Amino acid sequence: MTKMIKGKFIDNLPKVYGIYTGGFLVFIILMAIAEQAGMSAKMIGIFFVAFTVGIYAIIGYLSRTLQLDAYYVAGRQVPTVFNGMATAADWMSGASFVAMAGGIYFKGYGYMALLVGWTGGYVLVASLLAPYLRKFGCYTVPDFIGTRYGGNLARLSAVLVLTVASFTYVTAQINATGTIASVALDIPFGIAVYVGLASILICSMLGGMRAVTWTQVAQYIVLIIAYLLPVFWISNKMGAGIFPHLMLADEVARIAELESQFGLGTVKNSAADLATVPKGLAGITKAHSEVNTTPWKFISLAVCMMAGTASLPHVMMRYFTTPSVKTARRSVGWSLFFIFLLYSSAPMLATLSKLSLMDPNLATGIIGKSITEVQNIDWYQNWNQANLMFVSDFNGNGTLELNEFFMGGKAVVLATPEIAGLPYVISGLVAAGGMAAAMSTADGLVLAIANALSHDLYYKIIDPKAETAKRLIVARVLLVIIGFAGATIAALEIQGILGSVIWAFDFAMSGLFFPLVLGVWWKRANAQGAVAGMLIGLAVGTWYLIHVRTGGTPIWGVTQLTFGIHGALASLISMVVVSLATKAPDAATQRMVDEVRIPSGRTVLGKQH
Amino acid sequence: MSKQAKHWEKTRGLLFVTLAIWFVFSIGIFFFGAEMEASSFRPFGYPLSYYMTCQGSLGIFVILIFWFANRQEKIDEEFGYTEREDD
Repeated sequence: MTKMIKGKFIDNLPKVYGIYTGGFLVFIILMAIAEQAGMSAKMIGIFFVAFTVGIYAIIGYLSRTLQLDAYYVAGRQVPTVFNGMATAADWMSGASFVAMAGGIYFKGYGYMALLVGWTGGYVLVASLLAPYLRKFGCYTVPDFIGTRYGGNLARLSAVLVLTVASFTYVTAQINATGTIASVALDIPFGIAVYVGLASILICSMLGGMRAVTWTQVAQYIVLIIAYLLPVFWISNKMGAGIFPHLMLADEVARIAELESQFGLGTVKNSAADLATVPKGLAGITKAHSEVNTTPWKFISLAVCMMAGTASLPHVMMRYFTTPSVKTARRSVGWSLFFIFLLYSSAPMLATLSKLSLMDPNLATGIIGKSITEVQNIDWYQNWNQANLMFVSDFNGNGTLELNEFFMGGKAVVLATPEIAGLPYVISGLVAAGGMAAAMSTADGLVLAIANALSHDLYYKIIDPKAETAKRLIVARVLLVIIGFAGATIAALEIQGILGSVIWAFDFAMSGLFFPLVLGVWWKRANAQGAVAGMLIGLAVGTWYLIHVRTGGTPIWGVTQLTFGIHGALASLISMVVVSLATKAPDAATQRMVDEVRIPSGRTVLGKQH
Repeated sequence: MSKQAKHWEKTRGLLFVTLAIWFVFSIGIFFFGAEMEASSFRPFGYPLSYYMTCQGSLGIFVILIFWFANRQEKIDEEFGYTEREDD
């Protein structure tokens, strides 16, 4: 009976999410009408966040389950395109949604290595790993490592790397949900973090992967509408072009012209001046589209993000949920397509945002206006109060110069609609989108860690005789504990959002990239080699990070953002050397690898294990 | 050579081609950032270096994955390794 309903639900997906999308659009229109009727900006923000989070919670509740394969891999029946959407939401975090356009705004070309790295990594996922791990039939990434190489030590090492990388990542995401919830609901950050956590747990606790899958699809729809609508609207309002992605060349050129006219790079702020700028705000220091970085800096960052993409377990486990190997492969393509929609729009948003503030020919331009005039603008006062904008007359001439204007990276996404004169309903929509982006990623990460601990550590190592009901209870208890640990650290506000996200990629790449890839592509790789690869890789990466952070001389120009280069290299060398110095894997393991390389036939691990 | 070994050889061949294309557009061209910027080839009027980072390479990756998936499905079909739909 339940199977029939489930089957029906899967068949009706396009209809269900079609109605959902239509309903969301109607909600936006209703909010716009309410704004015209005089509803306050604060109420609109609260409605947007509460309405969307409420829907995710309902989906999470409806997807509750008591079955192992539904809890761990959504019953392996998520269709290609929908898995693509869920992966895109899983992937695009608060950093992608809120911070990326700001990074491009302030740092230009050098920063765009992240765009290339965060998309190029999917080619590695599709060709090297996803289809083979799907054929394996594992529940978690350490499940693959533990079975392929054999032995608890290999499994445990994989759990360790996974936890370090994902936990670094998840604190940043809970931080982002807290930031947005505190702005939209107007509550203190310390409380907002736990409101964010509660929403995250509601989505994942009862239904595990099944619940996370269907909420992530819903979250993708919200976040992509929230990102694209303002970009198209602003572009058309400014007369920059109906389809901004193909039509902003003149605007890019105009920015370069204005940058040189306003003396970018020639006028320098003194240290005493900069000391008065609030922490976390940045001025424009790099030209918008000019190549302003060395090839090695650009390429090393891109390489780290690509290898990290292929090793981050919360992404890989999304491809365990497809019905077949073939669909896993295709679903990677769809994932990247849905990611592309947002990533290709971020530079456009940065361009529009920059131009609308810089161009004196536009009504919104502020550079070159008098300081007092700028300080009296409504939106300036709002965002200055939120500590995301700052102007100061350093040279005392009464006019705002390019080097006298400072903004937080987040403000580029959050404030641009307001600056460009769009109705507040769009700002509310953007807040809901940011919340969706951060929540969906946090859900995936918390679940990846909790599943690895409950399946690989508890069930496979500590208590292999545990019954299904007990395993699922342990999984849920761990989920809550990890969520709370993440929120507690997030509330301390130790690191910025973007920095810790990049670290997570480097950690994952240091410890997991080669043990995963060689597990499929090199039959000779054995348990000793894999353990050495994971532990030495992680240790060297961590050592190098501490080395650079404490003022050590960088080796090969590798920075704290690219420490994975050293970690992964150490991992590769130690894995190959130790594997060759020890016994080849036994015949059964070799057969298992052969089996993984053929798409057809039964999975290596059973349906329930 | 067994059927399985042949299948793997073709699969590996496809992997190398895919990774070669991937390498060119994710790493190779970015050795020449300055040259691309100076290039007179400007897609939609954008400087080439800027265009490749914000759309060009990204779009090529999307197409590359779908192309790769199609080729791999053909190889699997050729050797009779296609999965049953109701698997």
